[in-house]
Amino acid sequence: MSALDKLRQTMRRDQVWNCMMPHYTYEDVLDTRKGPILYLEDVTVSFDGFKALDALTLDINDGELRCIIGANGAGKTTMMDVITGKTRPDEGSVYYGQRIDLLRLSEPEIAALGIGRKFQKPTVFEHHSVLINLELSMRMDKRVWTTLFSKMTGEQRDHIDEVLQIIGLQEEYHNRAGLLSHGQKQWLEIGMLLMQDPRLLLVDEPVAGMTGQETERTAELLTSLAGKHSVVVVEHDMEFVRSIARTVTVLHQGSVLAQGDMDEVQNDPRVREVYLGS
Amino acid sequence: MVKLLQQYFQRDRGGNSMLGILLFISVMVPVLNLVVPESSVFHVSTYTVTLIGKYLTFALLALAVDLIWGYCGIMSLGHGAFFALGGYAMGMYLMRQIGDRGVYGNPELPDFMVFLNWSELPWYWSGFDMFWFAMLMVIVVPGLLAFVFGWLAFRSRVTGVYLSIITQALTYALMLAFFRNEMGFGGNNGLTDFKDILGYSLQSDFTRASLFAASAIILALAYLLSRYIINSKLGRVVVAIRDAEDRTRFIAYRVEYYKLWLFVVSAILAGMAGALYVPQVGIINPGEFSPLNSIELVIWVAIGGRGTLYGAVAGAVLVNFSKTWFTGILPEGWIFALGALFVVVTIYLPRGLVGIMNRKQAAQT
Ligand SMILES: Nc1ncnc2c1ncn2[C@@H]1O[C@H](COP(=O)(O)OP(=O)(O)O)[C@@H](O)[C@H]1O
Ligand SMILES: [Mg+2]
Repeated sequence: MSALDKLRQTMRRDQVWNCMMPHYTYEDVLDTRKGPILYLEDVTVSFDGFKALDALTLDINDGELRCIIGANGAGKTTMMDVITGKTRPDEGSVYYGQRIDLLRLSEPEIAALGIGRKFQKPTVFEHHSVLINLELSMRMDKRVWTTLFSKMTGEQRDHIDEVLQIIGLQEEYHNRAGLLSHGQKQWLEIGMLLMQDPRLLLVDEPVAGMTGQETERTAELLTSLAGKHSVVVVEHDMEFVRSIARTVTVLHQGSVLAQGDMDEVQNDPRVREVYLGS
Repeated sequence: MVKLLQQYFQRDRGGNSMLGILLFISVMVPVLNLVVPESSVFHVSTYTVTLIGKYLTFALLALAVDLIWGYCGIMSLGHGAFFALGGYAMGMYLMRQIGDRGVYGNPELPDFMVFLNWSELPWYWSGFDMFWFAMLMVIVVPGLLAFVFGWLAFRSRVTGVYLSIITQALTYALMLAFFRNEMGFGGNNGLTDFKDILGYSLQSDFTRASLFAASAIILALAYLLSRYIINSKLGRVVVAIRDAEDRTRFIAYRVEYYKLWLFVVSAILAGMAGALYVPQVGIINPGEFSPLNSIELVIWVAIGGRGTLYGAVAGAVLVNFSKTWFTGILPEGWIFALGALFVVVTIYLPRGLVGIMNRKQAAQT
């Protein structure tokens, strides 16, 4: 858009400037009454001609727990990048509820709308304590000056305690996050997402590198979150997927190969061929 | 809560001692210089007062660099530019104070303009005869440059080495510009031959001691401000950005605004350091923009201890003290000594001299 166009847009008389608008929270704007909470249509992403996502169409219903499986390089992480604003697709559209076009928003804006994302490689603030990791993630006004003078209220502290309970890190709250075990870091990161009161959680390979026991607890944690939040889990571990999944989507070469419950998917001949290798 | 507060004060024991020392010397050094007679062993010479005063302005500059490098991971190799701009703003005020006491005796124009056959003062020199306006410019000019530069750089997500390189380019470009006579800042001679500040002669012991005290007090205030920032929630966000920028962005912080804010604060502190430096050394020239200067000051911070505010202060003072001492013995050797020191510190003391102190403390307890 040229500068002049931008100016014209800014000065349009049928619109109110953003800064003059009353403050909405995303609950007021997000409309899922008539359809899915997340809707991807024909999303294509190419890296130097290689299509990481190829006309991917997918929808996620409000409150559901969805598992997405697929071989390495199937495009799972790229899909999350597109939803969260990190990668812009070449084509296609991504809607959050009926009305919010995610392709027009930046990463922080998308996050503020209640879409939380756990990275494939667990990423927490290693130099901060568990408590501060959660404090920083809390849903609140995150503008610079407000943050400078912000103090934690009792209510916020209660919210943190609640989340500590959910992720089972009550004992660790004042430890440095860098000292946590790999599994604990994964939980902390999920806790950080929960601090934002998210509507949609995107969880990339949560049990990679976890022990059997940790995997079990993670499965419990994720199933307990469904219903209250919509949860999308990307995972390799079939055992794990079986233990939590209701609906499974199989991604292959950047588009959906099959979808259904675990048994349907596992018995699908195309899936057996390309993914399960038998 | 009390426990947290205690922890906080204990954690900044180094900083509190430093504040104590600054307060102490801001009173004692002027007293020892002005009141104690020269014959006494306790007398501090005006030369020493000015020398330490200069170190303190460098310490303020190092503090500014540590704020963005140590806490936000932004390695600016162009902070000398903000220092120099603050210095020039002060220098312009001091030039206008000369009045008709210049070599050419022109009441309006500084000597170098008369020499260039200029007939009137360029528009951007107006207002600099007023102290308050010059002090405002000490803040506004570096702040504005940092804002514009940071806006462009952080919004396009330039980070790491690339950012360091363009900050070098920035200071280099300014150096070339300030070398030019047509710029109206005195070309390669810069601004010098200052006479007085606020009506007090710059040559007098009293003025020197006052400038020293001002440097110590402003350094202490800047330290308190930086500590407030670092200990605020904003400070925790900034460290979060340093350690995991994407994570911070995906929990809804506009990372570029945080970087920009801190960068501007840091540039303003650097500008103030420059403004305190110029009246004490009596000259400002384009050499202050030299890319090498900016690299050197990053080394002070690394040696003192990146990511501890008092470490940066200690680093700046110690390195510059050694520099004065070393150049007295072997002038050409200094750059090599500094290089060697830097290499040794980065390899053996990744957390700087402060790191050794902390390790000793940890061993004792
Ligand atoms: N930034 C990038 N540049 C080039 N290729 C990429 C980039 N990101 C991902 N890819 C490629 O896109 C494909 C899909 O990657 P990804 O989404 O990470 O797969 P998954 O998470 O399913 O293992 C892979 O072949 C990968 O090499
Ligand atoms: Mg992946």
